[in-house]
Amino acid sequence: MKVPLPARQAVAAVIVVALLAAFPLIGGKYEIDLIARILVLAIFALSLELLVGQTGLVSFGHAAFFGLGAYTTALLLQDPDPRSFWLILAASMLVAGAYALPVAALSLRTRGVYFIMVTLAFAQLVYYVFHDTKIAKGSDGIYLTGVPEFSLAGWVPFNVTRSLPFYYVALGALCLVYALLVALGRSRFGRALAGIRVNEQRMRAAGFATYPYKIAAFVVAAMLAGLAGFLKATKDGYVNPEMLAWHESGAVLLMIILGGLGKWRGAVLGAFAFVLLQEFFKNDAVFGEFAKRWQLLLGFTIIACVLFLPHGLIGLPARLRQREHRHG
Amino acid sequence: MVDVLLAADGITRRFGGLVAVNAVSLRLERGSVHAVIGTNGAGKSTLINILSGEIGASAGKVELLGEDVTTLSQPQRALRGLGRSYQRSTIFPHFTVAENCRLAAQATRQRPWAIWEFAGACPQTTGRARSAIDRAGLAQDAERLAGSLPHGRKRQLEIALCLATTPRVLLLDEPLAGMGPEETERMLALLSQLKADHAILLVEHDMDAVFRIADRITVMVNGIAIASDTPQSVRANPEVQRAYLGDGH
Amino acid sequence: MNATTFLVQCLNAVQYGLLLFLVASGLTLIFGAMNIINLAHGSFYMVGAYMAYALAPFVGDYLGGGFFTTLLVGLLLSIALGYVLEWGFFSFLYEREHLQQVLMTYGLILIFEELRSIIVGDDVHGVAAPAWLAGTIPLGSLMTYPVYRLFISAVCLLVALGMYLVLSRTRLGMAIRAGSVNREMAQSLGVNIDFLYRLVFAAGVALAVLAGMIAAPISSVYPGMGGQVLIICFVVVVIGGIGSVRGAFIAALLVGFVDTFGKVFFQEAAGVLVYLMMAAILLWKPEGLFRQG
Repeated sequence: MKVPLPARQAVAAVIVVALLAAFPLIGGKYEIDLIARILVLAIFALSLELLVGQTGLVSFGHAAFFGLGAYTTALLLQDPDPRSFWLILAASMLVAGAYALPVAALSLRTRGVYFIMVTLAFAQLVYYVFHDTKIAKGSDGIYLTGVPEFSLAGWVPFNVTRSLPFYYVALGALCLVYALLVALGRSRFGRALAGIRVNEQRMRAAGFATYPYKIAAFVVAAMLAGLAGFLKATKDGYVNPEMLAWHESGAVLLMIILGGLGKWRGAVLGAFAFVLLQEFFKNDAVFGEFAKRWQLLLGFTIIACVLFLPHGLIGLPARLRQREHRHG
Repeated sequence: MVDVLLAADGITRRFGGLVAVNAVSLRLERGSVHAVIGTNGAGKSTLINILSGEIGASAGKVELLGEDVTTLSQPQRALRGLGRSYQRSTIFPHFTVAENCRLAAQATRQRPWAIWEFAGACPQTTGRARSAIDRAGLAQDAERLAGSLPHGRKRQLEIALCLATTPRVLLLDEPLAGMGPEETERMLALLSQLKADHAILLVEHDMDAVFRIADRITVMVNGIAIASDTPQSVRANPEVQRAYLGDGH
Repeated sequence: MNATTFLVQCLNAVQYGLLLFLVASGLTLIFGAMNIINLAHGSFYMVGAYMAYALAPFVGDYLGGGFFTTLLVGLLLSIALGYVLEWGFFSFLYEREHLQQVLMTYGLILIFEELRSIIVGDDVHGVAAPAWLAGTIPLGSLMTYPVYRLFISAVCLLVALGMYLVLSRTRLGMAIRAGSVNREMAQSLGVNIDFLYRLVFAAGVALAVLAGMIAAPISSVYPGMGGQVLIICFVVVVIGGIGSVRGAFIAALLVGFVDTFGKVFFQEAAGVLVYLMMAAILLWKPEGLFRQG
């Protein structure tokens, strides 16, 4: 008897979460921090998946919202006095969303390649604001002096900037964001976005005002990216303008392609694959001198991925089955 | 009492120096099919795009169900009862036929903020989708992927997508495009059925089909409506014969 | 600001704008003709600058030195590079979704950066302008203006003129414009599309490389220069309208003026001004000032 797909997927998700929750039992500090870093990037990747995979809007400037979340966090924590974790979280998401609104309104007046270039340009704008001006010490970046206080009705169970607590907070956040996006994808709003992606003309002919829908998707995606930025700043205790650089936008785009567009788990898988691949390429035990040239390997990997894995890692089992069919 | 559902007056559209549509007027009445014919480049596509709201008119007025919709966008007109089908199908190939129609029907009950509600659980939306599918004769294909349908059924789905929002006026752009004789028969039967409670505008190249089903025909040449009359009168019209029908068509 | 300073800034603005046009024209040509978005275009600019630095000793030893010889060698190399790249890489990008083009050319950037790092290192270099162009001319009674900057403007204008003539007056230009409008139709009319695309691409690369080479003496040669120029070029192309060389010309000059005078009046915020201008233009004309077709 074949178990229905949603049930199978739910079980798989629970298993993965359980494994991730159990991981700190076997991992050392370095590994825990690494996976925590991946969990945060997975949230970032999921936020872009909403934009690219669900709605079909290819943005090359998503790092702007990630960076705005991080910088908001840093600027609000310049005092050693503790500030509420939740307040700063909300502020980060709001600032990201606030910048996303005019950017979306303007960028979505353009189509196709224009849209890609315009989103890149708007991200550069923010990059230059933080890089050239003295708002946040320019290209040096700033350190967080304070710490967000994770309190639940007055009780502070842990210091969220420490490895283990942060790991579980990140895991919890990822689960919440994932669940939110799954629900959103099945909702009317999500289905409308999917329709817009596949055939915007038919959606308009049916009576959907597609422009506001796209703006909403853009803003929600930005806010989730801001959330990821907040977590990153909290963990690292340091932010600098490179978080807003277009290389960051390119990296997150690559993550969701690598994992596979069109499925939420693709974004998570892509984040894992990307970071682990990077770690692998930088490992001089494997690559020796060449490890310094890891960007070269990454470049080739990106190209190979687009050429040979158009549906990402998620699509790999299907491709292998195709191969077997042809050979067997 | 004649029920005029869509009235277009003096529709003109200029593109730089070119006048694509020149002061065209027409009326769409409930229970009738109004066909617009003309050679390529006559302005038919521009006209239908202006009526649907996809491009604006340089001059003229469009009234839908008595309301002036000239400045309204396509989605706004759609919600007021205007449906449109396209020459190149605008179906969603990777969704099932049922989901195609459900998504179109969702336009009438959008509720985008209700993200906790499963889209497929809305009875109004699925109800409308169901009746659109039945009307278009696709009930047996409801669970098939739209992209896997043969061409004729895809065109039927295109009609079903229009019907899903229960419009009063239908603008059909070459619904018979690429169809064989059997499929054409089926489509014409469907259109005859739909005629009763809709006002239909039909842009078509298949002359036999047009003369069979149209109650009124407007002939366009170089953006101008040179005739707008019953099929028999149009056929007998010497100007039409000279410009369109007679010349080696 | 007195009249002479104003004149100096105007000349700077024009020179910067014309240089941007040189780079952006290649980008918009390639996009207009082949519908490819190429993120690695900035890398060609960087390659040009590093070539100006790296080729000079080689040209000096084997070819008797000379600025124009270096330029010529660089141009020939870039045409060859463009030809090979189109044949071996970019030809796989036609008909692909823009997202895939973006990612593949992004991968190409990483490869170019590392190759450059391996071949010439990551240091910042200065390149000297040739002696006979290194002087200044007097402006008014107090100021002088570098001859080399005028030279840059002159070269760019000449190239712009040449492009205009080729695109509008020659059969090749017509073929390019036809190919961009309808590939199949152009092919059925006897145009060898594959060769044409290779040629256009090589030309695009050569334009960017030339810009990098002549800009090297005034902008110095550093690793991040490719990325910087790329994004500004995107702004130029967006403002001017994709595929429109004329649009790129006007937009580049616009950017040149806003950026130059922005730096004079607003210092820190100058980097942001160009993007604000882009935003304003998008409000008014979402498809750029001169959209193609």
